[in-house]
Amino acid sequence: MARAVSTRRKAIVTVIAWGIGLAIFFPILWTILTSFKTEADAIASPPKFLFFDWTFENYVTVQERSDYFRHFWNSVVMSVGSTVLALIIAIPAAWSMAFIPGRWTKDVLMWMLSTKMMPAVGVLVPMYLMFRDLGLLDTVSGLVIILTLINLPIVVWMLYTYFKEIPGEILEAARMDGANLRSEIIYVLTPMAVPGIASTMLLNIILAWNEAFWTLNLTAAKAAPLTAFIASYSSPEGLFYAKLSAASTMAIAPILIMGWFSQKQLVRGLTFGAVK
Amino acid sequence: MTKTVRALMGACAIGAFSTAAFAETTITVATVNNGDMIRMQGLMDDFNTKNPDIKVEWVTLEENTLRQKVTTDIATKGGQFDVLTIGTYEVPIWGKQGWLVSLNDLPASYDVDDLLPAIRGGLTVDGELYASPFYGESSMVMYRKDLMEKAGLTMPDAPTWDDIKAAAAAMTDKAGEIYGICLRGKAGWGENMAFLTAMSNSYGAKWFDMDWKPQFDSEAWKATLTDYLDLMNNYGPPGASNNGFNENLALFQTGKCGMWIDATVAASFVTGKDSTVADKVGFALAPDKGLGKRGNWLWAWSLGIPAGSQKVDAAKKFVEWATSKEYLALVASKEGWANVPPGTRASLYANPEYQKVPFAKMTLDSINSADPQHPTVDPVPYVGVQFVAIPEFQGIGTAVGQQFSAALAGTTSLEDALKNAQDLTTREMTKAGYIK
Repeated sequence: MARAVSTRRKAIVTVIAWGIGLAIFFPILWTILTSFKTEADAIASPPKFLFFDWTFENYVTVQERSDYFRHFWNSVVMSVGSTVLALIIAIPAAWSMAFIPGRWTKDVLMWMLSTKMMPAVGVLVPMYLMFRDLGLLDTVSGLVIILTLINLPIVVWMLYTYFKEIPGEILEAARMDGANLRSEIIYVLTPMAVPGIASTMLLNIILAWNEAFWTLNLTAAKAAPLTAFIASYSSPEGLFYAKLSAASTMAIAPILIMGWFSQKQLVRGLTFGAVK
Repeated sequence: MTKTVRALMGACAIGAFSTAAFAETTITVATVNNGDMIRMQGLMDDFNTKNPDIKVEWVTLEENTLRQKVTTDIATKGGQFDVLTIGTYEVPIWGKQGWLVSLNDLPASYDVDDLLPAIRGGLTVDGELYASPFYGESSMVMYRKDLMEKAGLTMPDAPTWDDIKAAAAAMTDKAGEIYGICLRGKAGWGENMAFLTAMSNSYGAKWFDMDWKPQFDSEAWKATLTDYLDLMNNYGPPGASNNGFNENLALFQTGKCGMWIDATVAASFVTGKDSTVADKVGFALAPDKGLGKRGNWLWAWSLGIPAGSQKVDAAKKFVEWATSKEYLALVASKEGWANVPPGTRASLYANPEYQKVPFAKMTLDSINSADPQHPTVDPVPYVGVQFVAIPEFQGIGTAVGQQFSAALAGTTSLEDALKNAQDLTTREMTKAGYIK
């Protein structure tokens, strides 16, 4: 009897979980389906779910009109570049905060997080002027710098949380064995925190890939990433939903595939501590 | 000197000259994603052949993103763009600020006098032409001839708002999902406020009096909003407070609207291949109230050169090519006359071939009936038909649009919407220093 109740409960939980999962995934699914519709089918009322004239026309149009691979490459460089740079800065910062906390460590952490609370548009003009004067407008290196800066608080916070769970005694033992600071971080701390660093890295790549405010405002023709590629398919006058969906599908596909293959690592890093 | 050395030196000299002759200037053009602009990108071979020393790079963006981006760039003299696609709203403001390069020195062959006076007037500040129109538009009534016939009515070429109301009532069949009229309801200075401001002009209303005092407490604005809400609540589609141009286009194309009053550029869509009612559409001027002004707007997407550009000469060559008579002929030869960018040149409308396009005459008549210099029945201190050409208008217009959209959604009353509009506009105009 107890077993039957348990099985039923499991079934209910499974159905609910699937329902939630599908609800979360539905906008992406709908975007993918719309990308295979004609513009007329894309706006049909009632909406057409699966039974419509499937077409690749939108993908052909998008390929003809835009240089997808240039945008894709810019997205890859800015996401990976900003993530690597952020980790190089954040690992020592998180180490010092986790293992030798000072009187103001908590305040510094809160202050870092508070920079994320300001609307980006509030600093658009000063940032734009700085980028103009430094010759960084419409450059991928400029995007790497800005994305590093805006994601750094989250990276430091995440790493700090993981590092806090590593017993300080292990690092002390390493020190007693003669490890200097550099060796301690590279050969002891980093390998132990690999799941945490990996999930931080993956999350940062996703955040950088999807960032749309700075990447749109600080680029023009040369450094424009996939966010600009998507934005070019929205039209004030004229139907564009199917073409926009094709552009969106092409833009999210790489990060979706990366997320799919790395989900085990991502989930593990996000749900478990460093040494559990 | 040996022959070999001489030959090598000669080759080097020729190489150097060739490099100089083909030194490329790259210009960056920022544009919105609309059919005419995309078409131009496909016709660039013609420009490249005529100007082998100029390379054009495109930045195509959604309208609001583009506006924010080019405004930031031009205000900070960022110099990211050499040619901007800007609207009739920006040109007078940016021209006054000295942010745009004057185009008064375009060659005589450009024939600037051929530009339609209403459009040219909207792009000129103190006698200086600051942008060249790429395409112009007004608004007009698009209606279903078959439904009008079924209802036993005839749409006049120049209807009144009473005609529109009678037609909307007669065509509405809510059970059959046919709504007599579709109008913009989505909040925004370029969305519902473009329509409502133009409509209010025909009712004798205005945004400000000569002392810049807001006028939403006037009887004329009350009458405008009352009739708008009456039309939409009784004969409009459900959820109309979320509808903008594209939503109404979708409704009209799928046969769910009896009438649609919107941009003249929509005519080519509703009669195009994606429309299920393509052969049943008639056109009429925007309605009036017998006060001398019609409820139509005036807009032109135009090409301007920011003052921060380092490549003004090359940019001017591009602007001249893209807005020339020859470009219109080029589009006609490649894509047909119906696809020529409308509303910029008188010579286009004098062309017998173009006159065969079903909506050509109504588009021209609509443009000619709009006067951005004198948009209202009473005198006003501003220019602009469906907007007020002051920098503060984007914010105020959208805030007022939210009030009117809420009234359409039924979340606020007509009286409260007008009162809130009056209060917020007064507050912002006082803060901006217009009201002393």
